[in-house]
Amino acid sequence: MAKTTSAGSRSGGRGAAPSNGRDDANGTDPITNLPDRRASDRTYDAIVIGGGHNGLTNGAYLAKSGMRTLILERRHIVGGAAITEELRPGFWFTTFSYALSLLRPDIIQDLELTKHGFMPLLMPSTFAPMENGDYLLLGQDHGENQREIARHSPHDADAYEAYNHDVSRVLQAIKPLLDAVPPDIFSDDPEELIALATLGSRFRSLDKKVLHDAVRLLTGSAADFLDDYFDSEIIKGYLASSSIIGTKVGPYSQGSGLVLLYHLLGEHDGEFGAWAFHKQGNGGFTKVLARAAQAFGAEIALESPVERVITRDGRAVGVALVDGTEFHAPVVVSALDPRRTFLELVDPRELPSDLVETIERFRFQGTSAKVNFALDGAPRYPALGDRTDQYRGFTNIGPSMEYLERAYDDAKYGWYSKRPYLDCAIQSTIDPDMAPPGKHVMSCFVQYAPYHLRESDWDTEKESLGDTVQATLESFFPGFGDLVLQREIRTPLDIERTVGLSEGNIFAGEFLAPQMFLFRPAPGWSQYRTPIGGYYQCGSGTHPGGCVMGAPGKLAAGQILKDRERARASQRARVAVEA
Amino acid sequence: MIRTTPFHDRTSAANATGLWEHWSGYLVAQRYQLSEKFEYFAIRNSAGLFDSSPLFKYRIHGPDAEHFLAGVLARDIRTCPVGHGQYTAWLDDRGFVIEDGVIFRNGSDDFLLTSAEPNLAYFDALIGRHRVVIDDVSEDSAVLAVQGPKAREILGCLAPEVVGLPYFGLATATIAGAPVTVSRTGYTGDLGYEIWVPAEQALAVWDAVTEAAEGRGVIPIGMVALYMARIEAGLLLLDVDFSSSRYAWTDAHRSTLIELGLGWMVRDLTIDDRSFIGRAALEAELRDKTSRWKLTGLVLDWRDYDRHFDQAGLIPPKDHTPIQDEYYVYDDGGAQIGYATSLMYSPMLQRHIALARVPLDRTRPGSVVKLELPVNHRYEYFDAAVTRLPLYNPDRRTA
Repeated sequence: MAKTTSAGSRSGGRGAAPSNGRDDANGTDPITNLPDRRASDRTYDAIVIGGGHNGLTNGAYLAKSGMRTLILERRHIVGGAAITEELRPGFWFTTFSYALSLLRPDIIQDLELTKHGFMPLLMPSTFAPMENGDYLLLGQDHGENQREIARHSPHDADAYEAYNHDVSRVLQAIKPLLDAVPPDIFSDDPEELIALATLGSRFRSLDKKVLHDAVRLLTGSAADFLDDYFDSEIIKGYLASSSIIGTKVGPYSQGSGLVLLYHLLGEHDGEFGAWAFHKQGNGGFTKVLARAAQAFGAEIALESPVERVITRDGRAVGVALVDGTEFHAPVVVSALDPRRTFLELVDPRELPSDLVETIERFRFQGTSAKVNFALDGAPRYPALGDRTDQYRGFTNIGPSMEYLERAYDDAKYGWYSKRPYLDCAIQSTIDPDMAPPGKHVMSCFVQYAPYHLRESDWDTEKESLGDTVQATLESFFPGFGDLVLQREIRTPLDIERTVGLSEGNIFAGEFLAPQMFLFRPAPGWSQYRTPIGGYYQCGSGTHPGGCVMGAPGKLAAGQILKDRERARASQRARVAVEA
Repeated sequence: MIRTTPFHDRTSAANATGLWEHWSGYLVAQRYQLSEKFEYFAIRNSAGLFDSSPLFKYRIHGPDAEHFLAGVLARDIRTCPVGHGQYTAWLDDRGFVIEDGVIFRNGSDDFLLTSAEPNLAYFDALIGRHRVVIDDVSEDSAVLAVQGPKAREILGCLAPEVVGLPYFGLATATIAGAPVTVSRTGYTGDLGYEIWVPAEQALAVWDAVTEAAEGRGVIPIGMVALYMARIEAGLLLLDVDFSSSRYAWTDAHRSTLIELGLGWMVRDLTIDDRSFIGRAALEAELRDKTSRWKLTGLVLDWRDYDRHFDQAGLIPPKDHTPIQDEYYVYDDGGAQIGYATSLMYSPMLQRHIALARVPLDRTRPGSVVKLELPVNHRYEYFDAAVTRLPLYNPDRRTA
C-alpha cells in the first residue's frame, strides 16, 4: 500500500478558518508562535522555508542542537500536504496525505514525539473489493489470512508467505539507505570514498538471491515480480497497487517495482510495509512535529510566504517574505521541491548551468488526486452484509493488475482514468474524533489523474473527476451516492496551488531511477547542500524521497550541523594559527 | 464447570475469536477481535468495555468497621471519606504484602473491598472483638469497566452524576432502571469508570452503555489489551509482579510494600497513629534500609535494542503482546542485580518497557541497567533506563 498525497484548495471557501481558533479535533491551541515582525532582531541561526513534515523535522533537529531556528510556513496551518481540516462541522478531512508508514523510527525517538501526542493508530485490516462482488479481506490473524488467500487460490496461500519473506529480506538489506546521506561518488574526499566503499561492501555481503531480488525490484516491473509468485488476480491487484502510487507508471511498466519496494520500506511498530493512521490524521501528526519543534525552541511563523532567498557573495544570508519582511540567518533551508528550491527561491543565474538544466528536466508530472467524502453512514458492501469492520484499514479498489494498467492507459494519453484506482480509508472507523457518531469521513486517493490534460484543464474537469470517482465507488458499494453529505475534490492542480508541490507531484518529484538516491534531485547535489553557501535543501525532492518519512529533513539537519561544526573547527584552527 | 459472568450473553456474542481465559473460575475473553492491539487503542483513543465481574468483593460493615480496617490495611482508611475509594494493600506482620485491592467507603461504617484472590478467612480471623461483619458479596454484582478518554462523555449521557466524579470518587445512579454504583477507578491508567450493578440487571446496563457509546469507537476489550494498558500504567498484577506472602515458600518470593514501590501508601507514617499489621516491620525497613530492591519501570534503549537484532541479521521485533514472565537484570559487570516481571513493546511510548526490581542504588531515574533477552537463541544484554512509574500517565487519568 502506499500513502502520501496532496491536493487541496481554499478556493472552495470552506477551508478551516484559522480565525475560529478551532484547528484540531480536540480544540487544543493551534500552532501560533508568530515572531514579531516589527522586532529589531530578526536574526536567526537558521531559517527553514516550508512548514511541511520535512521542514518541521529539519527545524526541530536544528533547534534541538541549539540553533535559533525559524520555520516559515506560507499557509495558516502547519503540515504542508499533511494536514487535517474540518471542512464540514464535525467532519475532519485528511485533505491530502492520509496515513503513516515510512516515518523514520529514529525521528520519533530523537524528537521525543510521544511526549507531544504521537499516536499511530493500528489499521487492523485491508479490504480489497472485487468486480464480481467477492473480496479479499486480510486482518491481523495470520492463519485466517492464509485461509482467506487460499479461498482465492490455494497456491497463493504459501506463495504469499514466500513473497513476504523474500521481499522482507530485500527490505532489510535496503532499509539502511533510507537513514543515510547518499555518498558523493563525484568527490575525492576520503570520507566520501569510505562511505562508497562501505556501501559497496554492504551489497557485496548480501545473499545472492537477496541482491538479485533487489535489482529485479529496483529496475523491473511489479507485474513481472508478482507473476513469479501468484496466480490470483485479486492478490496481484492488491499488491501491485503499491507499485503505482503517486507515480506515472502502470504495474506492467519497468520502474513500478521500485515504487512497490519503496512503499513496503515503511514500518509500523517493527512490521515492514505496515501502515498506521495517526490520531487526527496526518495533520494531527504534523501538529505533533510542530509542538516538538517548538519544545526544542524553534519558532514557527504561519502565513509567511517567502519571496526569495537573500544571497550575498555566493552565500545565503536570509530570506525576504512576499510582504517585504526580511529575516536573516547564515543557514537557509528549503523544504520546497527542487523546482522551487533552485529555480524560484534563488536566481538560477547563481547556479551552475548543468544543475539548472537537470532541475528543469526533473520530472514532476503529478498523477494523483484526492476525492474526500463526508458520509451519512458506512458504505454497504453487499457480500459482507451489514459488516463495517472491513473498513478499519485501507479499502483498495484495484482488483487486478489489468484494472490498474487500464487505468494507466488513460493517463498515458493525457486523461484521467475512466475506472480509476482508488485507495480509500474511512478513518472515522479508527479514530472516532474524525466525524460525528454514526457519520464518517472517507479519504479516497485517486489515480490516475495526470497534471497535464490533453485539450482541457483541471478547472474544467474537476467535478467530472469527482463524478468518475463516485461512480466507481457506486459500482462497488451500491447506494454509495445516497450517503454522500459532502464531496471535496483535490486535483493535481489544486495540490500545486494549495500545497505548492510542482505539478501536484505528491513526492516532490517522480520516483524514477534517474531521480533517486545519488541523483535526487541532481547528480552531485544529493547531499542536501546547494552551490550557494549556507543554502540547503531538505524536502521530499531530496533523498530518500516523498511520503511522510521525515528522512530528508533529518538527514539535511545532520549535514547542516556537520558543516557548522567543520566551520567552527576551521575557525578555531585559524585563530590558533594567528595566535 | 467453568462459570460465566452476568455479562456472558453479551461478551460471548461479541467474542469473535473463541479465545477465553479463566479468571477466578469465570470465563473471560482473552480478546474479542483478531487484534488485541486494536482493542488496546480503544482504551487510549476512545473507550474499552471490560468485564471485571470475577473480582472478589467483600462487604465489611458494622460499628467498628473503620477501626478494624485501619488496623488491617496498610493505607489509612480513615483518610477515605464516604463516597470515595482507595487503592490499598494488606501486609503480614513482617511487612510483606499479602495482596492489594481497591476499597470503597459506601457509608461511615460500610465498606466494599475488592481483591484478586479469596481473602475472607484471612480477614475473618482478624475480627476478634470488633463489631464487624464481613460478607462475601462477590456474586451479587457485576462490574463493567468503561476505560478511555471517551468514558466520561458516554457515561455522562446515562448518569449525569458521573461527570463531576473525582478520581477514585463514587456515585450512586440509575442506569437502564438498575441501581448502580459508579466508581472512577480502573486498571488501565486512563480516564475510566467501573459500574457496579446487581448481577440480574447486568445485561440491561451493558446494553445501555453500548447504545450510548454507539458510533464512538467503543468496543469490548479482552484480557490482553487490559494487560498492555496496565503495564504502561505501572499497575501491578498478583502472581506476575508479586506473590502473596501468605502462600510464598521463601522470602525471595515475598515483597514488602516499599519494595513494590507502594511506599507512598504509608508516607504519612510520622503522623499516622494507627497500629496496623506490618507497621513495625515497615518502620524497621525504612530505618535500617533493608529493602532488597525496588520495583520500578524500565525503558529499553531503542537504538541498542535495534542494534542487537540488526547485528544478528534479524528484524527487531516490536511485539506489543505482554510477556508476564521473568527476565533478569544485570549490572555492567555481568552480575545479576534484579529481575523484570512484565515486558512489552508499548505502542504509545514506541519503546520496549518493563516492570522490574532493581537495587536501591539504581532507582534514580535514568540509571542504566542491562536486561537479558534472547537473540538467536542466545542471551544478549540490552541497555535499559530506570524510569519512574507510571510509564504512561495521561493527565485525563486524574483530571
